[in-house]
Amino acid sequence: MIKAILIFNNHGKPRLIRFYQYFTEEMQQQIIRETFHLVSKRDDNVCNFLEGGSLIGGSDYKLIYRHYATLYFVFCVDSSESELGSLGLIQVFVETLDKCFENVCELDLIFHMDKVHYILQEVVMGGMVLETNMNEIVAQVEVQNRMEKSEGGLSAAPARAVSAVKNMNLPEIPRNINIGDINIKVPSLSPF
Amino acid sequence: MALKIVKGSIDRMFDKNLQDLVRGIRNHKDDEAKYISTCIDEIKQELKQDNIAVKANAVCKLTYLQMLGYDVSWAAFNIVEVMSSSKFTYKRIGYLAASQCFHESTDVIMLTTNQIRKDLSSPNQYDTGVALTGLSCFVTPDLARDLANDIMTLMSHTKPYIRKKAVLIMYKVFLKYPESLRPAFPRLKEKLEDPDPGVQSAAVNVICELARRNPKNYLSLAPLFFKLMTSSTNNWVLIKIIKLFGALTPLEPRLGKKLIEPLTNLIHSTSAMSLLYECVNTVIAVLISLSSGMPNHSASIQLCVQKLRILIEDSDQNLKYLGLLAMSKILKTHPKSVQSHKDLILQCLDDKDESIRLRALDLLYGMVSKKNLMEIVKKLMLHVDKAEGTTYRDELLTKIIDICSQSNYQYITNFEWYISILVELTRLEGTRHGHLIASQMLDVAIRVKAIRVFAVAQMATLLDNAHLLTGNMQRNGICEVLYAAAWICGEFSEHLENPMQTLEAMLRPKVATLPGHIQAVYVQNAAKLFATVLKSQEGNTDGTVTQDTSQLMIERLPVFVQSANLEVQERASCILQLVKYIQKLQQKDVEVAEEVSALFAGELNPVAPKAQKKVPVPEGLDLDTWINEPPSESESEDEQPKAIFTKEEPKHSRARHTEVDEKELARRREARKQEQANNPFYIKSSPSSQKVYQETPGVDHIPVIQIDLTVPLKVPGLPMSDQYVKLEEERRQKERAEKKKKDKKKRKEKRSGRGKKHDSGPESEEDITPAHMVDIVTEEMPENALPSDDDEKDPNDPHKALDIDLDKPLADSEKIPVRSHRAAEAAKSPVEDRDADGIATQLPKKKHGKEKREEKKKKDKDRERKKSKDEKKKKKHKSEEKDGDLLGAEVDEPVVQSEEPSQASEPPTSNSAEVSDLDFWLSNAPVPSNIQEVPKVAAAEAASAAEVISGGAQDSEPDEPKDAEMEATKPSKHKKKKQKKEKEDKEKKKKKHHHYHHHSDGVGEESVQNGTVEEEEEPLPSMSNYCLLAENSYIKMMMEDADQVYDIQGNLQDGSQVVVSVIFENKCDSFLKSMEFNVLDSLNSKLQRPEGSGPHDSLAVPFQLPPGVSNEARYVFTVQSIVMPQKLKGTLTFIVKTEESSTHEKLDFKLHFTCTSYLITTPCYSDAFAKLLESADLKSSSVRLEGVNMPFHHLLARICFHHHFSVVERIDSCASMYSRSIQGHHVCLLVKTSGQTVSIDAKCDEPMLLGNVLDEIKQTFSQC
Repeated sequence: MIKAILIFNNHGKPRLIRFYQYFTEEMQQQIIRETFHLVSKRDDNVCNFLEGGSLIGGSDYKLIYRHYATLYFVFCVDSSESELGSLGLIQVFVETLDKCFENVCELDLIFHMDKVHYILQEVVMGGMVLETNMNEIVAQVEVQNRMEKSEGGLSAAPARAVSAVKNMNLPEIPRNINIGDINIKVPSLSPF
Repeated sequence: MALKIVKGSIDRMFDKNLQDLVRGIRNHKDDEAKYISTCIDEIKQELKQDNIAVKANAVCKLTYLQMLGYDVSWAAFNIVEVMSSSKFTYKRIGYLAASQCFHESTDVIMLTTNQIRKDLSSPNQYDTGVALTGLSCFVTPDLARDLANDIMTLMSHTKPYIRKKAVLIMYKVFLKYPESLRPAFPRLKEKLEDPDPGVQSAAVNVICELARRNPKNYLSLAPLFFKLMTSSTNNWVLIKIIKLFGALTPLEPRLGKKLIEPLTNLIHSTSAMSLLYECVNTVIAVLISLSSGMPNHSASIQLCVQKLRILIEDSDQNLKYLGLLAMSKILKTHPKSVQSHKDLILQCLDDKDESIRLRALDLLYGMVSKKNLMEIVKKLMLHVDKAEGTTYRDELLTKIIDICSQSNYQYITNFEWYISILVELTRLEGTRHGHLIASQMLDVAIRVKAIRVFAVAQMATLLDNAHLLTGNMQRNGICEVLYAAAWICGEFSEHLENPMQTLEAMLRPKVATLPGHIQAVYVQNAAKLFATVLKSQEGNTDGTVTQDTSQLMIERLPVFVQSANLEVQERASCILQLVKYIQKLQQKDVEVAEEVSALFAGELNPVAPKAQKKVPVPEGLDLDTWINEPPSESESEDEQPKAIFTKEEPKHSRARHTEVDEKELARRREARKQEQANNPFYIKSSPSSQKVYQETPGVDHIPVIQIDLTVPLKVPGLPMSDQYVKLEEERRQKERAEKKKKDKKKRKEKRSGRGKKHDSGPESEEDITPAHMVDIVTEEMPENALPSDDDEKDPNDPHKALDIDLDKPLADSEKIPVRSHRAAEAAKSPVEDRDADGIATQLPKKKHGKEKREEKKKKDKDRERKKSKDEKKKKKHKSEEKDGDLLGAEVDEPVVQSEEPSQASEPPTSNSAEVSDLDFWLSNAPVPSNIQEVPKVAAAEAASAAEVISGGAQDSEPDEPKDAEMEATKPSKHKKKKQKKEKEDKEKKKKKHHHYHHHSDGVGEESVQNGTVEEEEEPLPSMSNYCLLAENSYIKMMMEDADQVYDIQGNLQDGSQVVVSVIFENKCDSFLKSMEFNVLDSLNSKLQRPEGSGPHDSLAVPFQLPPGVSNEARYVFTVQSIVMPQKLKGTLTFIVKTEESSTHEKLDFKLHFTCTSYLITTPCYSDAFAKLLESADLKSSSVRLEGVNMPFHHLLARICFHHHFSVVERIDSCASMYSRSIQGHHVCLLVKTSGQTVSIDAKCDEPMLLGNVLDEIKQTFSQC
């Protein structure tokens, strides 16, 4: 079972949190802080497994994480999950994000947290691995996006017009936030 | 400017979306909290609007804020509103929000039940999918109970996308609503063979999760998983299955044997590291479970270790880590194999990665030996010095102590070295493990007598230099060590070189800054030292030393008398008064040393940690009775200071009070135990701890000794453990040299005889002798301690509720509740099933068609029937409770016989068949081709199997069941089955055929060779062949002619045997023992007795019966003529044992052998049957039964079951049946029914037999 999936950036700012067991919001934030603290002090060339998240889990649980450019993807899993398997799963997830967002970068995750959730829902459900075939995941996500589009999306036409007005000539709203190259580099896949 | 105003007003109407919110937050880095709080206000406004789009937008933003740590549970109701929107876009937002912030105590969750149910049955698969995903995150016991049935239906949805989600969510449902597991399990099991790999993977996932917690319930699935393992190519699935096998093997070693080969193949062939690693892991688990008896055992270990070494040497840190992790598993059982890789593991200690270093440390624990302990610890000490970060250093410290102290200091050869290591460890800064070091010091000093002199010297030094430890006293735990030091110096003060000096050190004013419990020990042990000093000065006429000492005590102790710590205060004031009194006596020149030291006489022995618990409760002592009368209510109120609050509801408070009492008691008990464990003074009843208290007469002879102050005080420096390593090396070298010398001498003597003999080589473990004569005192246990195992499972574990036997057939009461107004929809599930299978026929339509076709030709009808039967077979798992009785009975009767003694009077169930299948599968040799064929649990495969076997079905194999049968009367059913299975697997195949025969499609084209499971609308009544044999107030005997053993030789003289199963049930509440079973043989029928016993000897029943228990024994009879029924008289004698007395009782019975019992169910095919009828030498006879009021298939089933016939052919209300006697007589029946009349025409080559059989059949039906 996967107990939690956390994505946060190099400064510990959460980009997506998904707990499969109930924790209060306060506790969730503590867990994120603790996990960030544990993970961030590790070099990039050490192993991706970590024991001893004291807040989440216990002896049966491991933190399995990967660090892509500015983001940490952390899965907290128990002993029924294969370590290398979970690592592969993170890879599948990130590659799927890459496909769905076309060159995913941190900004995509920042502004489209809901979409990232929807993609994750096709990979992991209730703490158990649902699908590992990337094409299948992407296909399901796309069908659902199309459905959403056909319904007019969340911000239907009038709202969109309004937001166009809202953004016009308003200097305090930066249109394009340029934070340099924060594209997530997807390393070549190890055979899994 | 105008635009801004427009924007502002529009803003209020059309609000920020998620992106705007995120952007806004990013633009308000300085006052984020303030900005967000205004946003939340906006959101609250939005949620008040009627527009669902606005609400959805607001909820979406809330989800984001939730991630940032804001509690959004106040919007729960709005979330539910958005969830119930009809638009997918909004619904998805709603469910996402719900999954992020709903939990069991969210009260609006109960409002969602109907909405979720509606979504689950939505025609749009994505609505269903979204609902399932959401539900998986917030399912509650109530939701699980209410929706279990709907989700179960979805497990057979047409879309694999829904199926896999439904399968996965079932696990969550099981957790919340364990009652659903048994009814849902058959379908879940079915999904293991789903055509869609995703669904299959999900099912594997769920079952693995379930099996991990309660593996024993899932053993029967092993064959199925094995098949999946050998056929699947999906690495995810493989990993899960292999992990599951890892959990199953400890329960069933035979499974392990079967697994080794395919796993080894996978290890060699796979390129996926993850799979390889899991294979290695499971192989390790297998090898652990197989303690012995594997021929290529070591080869497999070697393979694993070798693969792991490759992993550890890999540059990928992940593999290195996992390699070490797996190594530690091998280490437990095969330390030798790991020890050869010591170099590699020591190397890993230097790794920059802390995870890896910790793993390597774990491994070290098992790698030490007497030889390398010092070396390894030295290396660890270096790491301790180098280590930055206290956690890793603390870890090192505990590991060092673990390694050294493991298995009772087994590997320590030099305790001086160990003490110095401990002392060195005290110099660690900021460690939390002071108490650990302290307890080690205490333990070693107490238990290793030889080391006390040395230990005391070291401890004295420690005390002297206490300021070094406490100097940087930043509330660290290291001062705990002083506790041990003080105690050791005090208790073993006779070994002190200079007690005066130590006493002085212990009474320094700075001691008052130490924690209270340590001060207390200081004070107490100062008194001990004082006694020692007095004693050593005994006989010395000059009293200055003693008087100086007393003076010192009197001067220093008042500091402690003023201590805030009660214990310190109490001890100090006691001792102070004592010393004052002693001083007075000294001034009168009274000899007091003897008396003072008597205060502390006696030896303290270590006590095993569990000793207290194991003290048996003395007879006649009831710990639960009140010693005094329980306090009355009014009293308790008086006692309670908070009576004001409890007055209002006195009863309630009372209950709570006692509860608190219990908790409090438990807590106190715990605390006391803790205290006792830490307290070296605590003495438990041990024989050697009697205090020798001698009354010395008079106080006149106190020795007054003069201390020689000119002797320089020798202060030994802090020890360096390294020097011991060197010393030890030298010592060993010396020993070795000596040994060599001896060897040489010996060799010289022997040389002539032996020729070349290699050098003694590396010294073995045993060669190293400890430096000291070490006497490790074992921990004491109370006399006649009770053995008890202490592992307690966590009662709160949710998985405990899922420990459910899945093989038992389902009872009606266990079905998942279906809401009544939805009954019609629930009944739809089989239809959906059919849809899934591609047969798109509607139920009513089909019935109609059936009626029409009734007038059509027979062929058509048969085809139709066959078709419906196909479907039935597919649904077989589900309808198990329906045909289970009959089906199970038939499988069971010939194969395993009713084995569950307690259940034996009930019809056997399919459970046993499944279990026996597993056994059978396991007992088979691990030949892959066999595996493919044998583990056919599903009857769907039966048809082909029947064809395969039918060739050999007519001629059954000879076998020697006699021993098995005789032994079969033992209580352990597993043992029996093992024996039987190994001997009779061939026979079993044959017997299996019976089973298949009844369900097979029939190879015949025109008719259905099936009489039993034709129409399932009405479940068959349960049937049992057990009939009452005899009964009295003590015991009840039930008899069944259980098994006909068919002898192929067909020797009419002595070849025919009948086995009788007798159930003995103890009806009284006394113990029944020494049961003996005897039958008066007739000319025709004889009880088989073991060789050497006479014809009238009775057979002992091989078990005893506690009250209420039943068990089964089987007896073999030899029968000569079988054409007539027989009656045999018999007696059972037994002893009824009550508490006071035992009486001898006897019970007479009559064994009735019907002719039916000589028949053996034998399958026959229609063409063979026709040939048989044509042959002229059969005599015919017929019988008519009137008023038989039961469906035809029930009638056939009854004949099959009670009279051991099998159906050859059945056409409408007419069937042909066949059976064969144990002596080879053919019996053929043609059964016809019209209305309530049944006519049976029969043919047999033995008219007498036939007549009797028909009479018996008639009787059977007249009874019902």
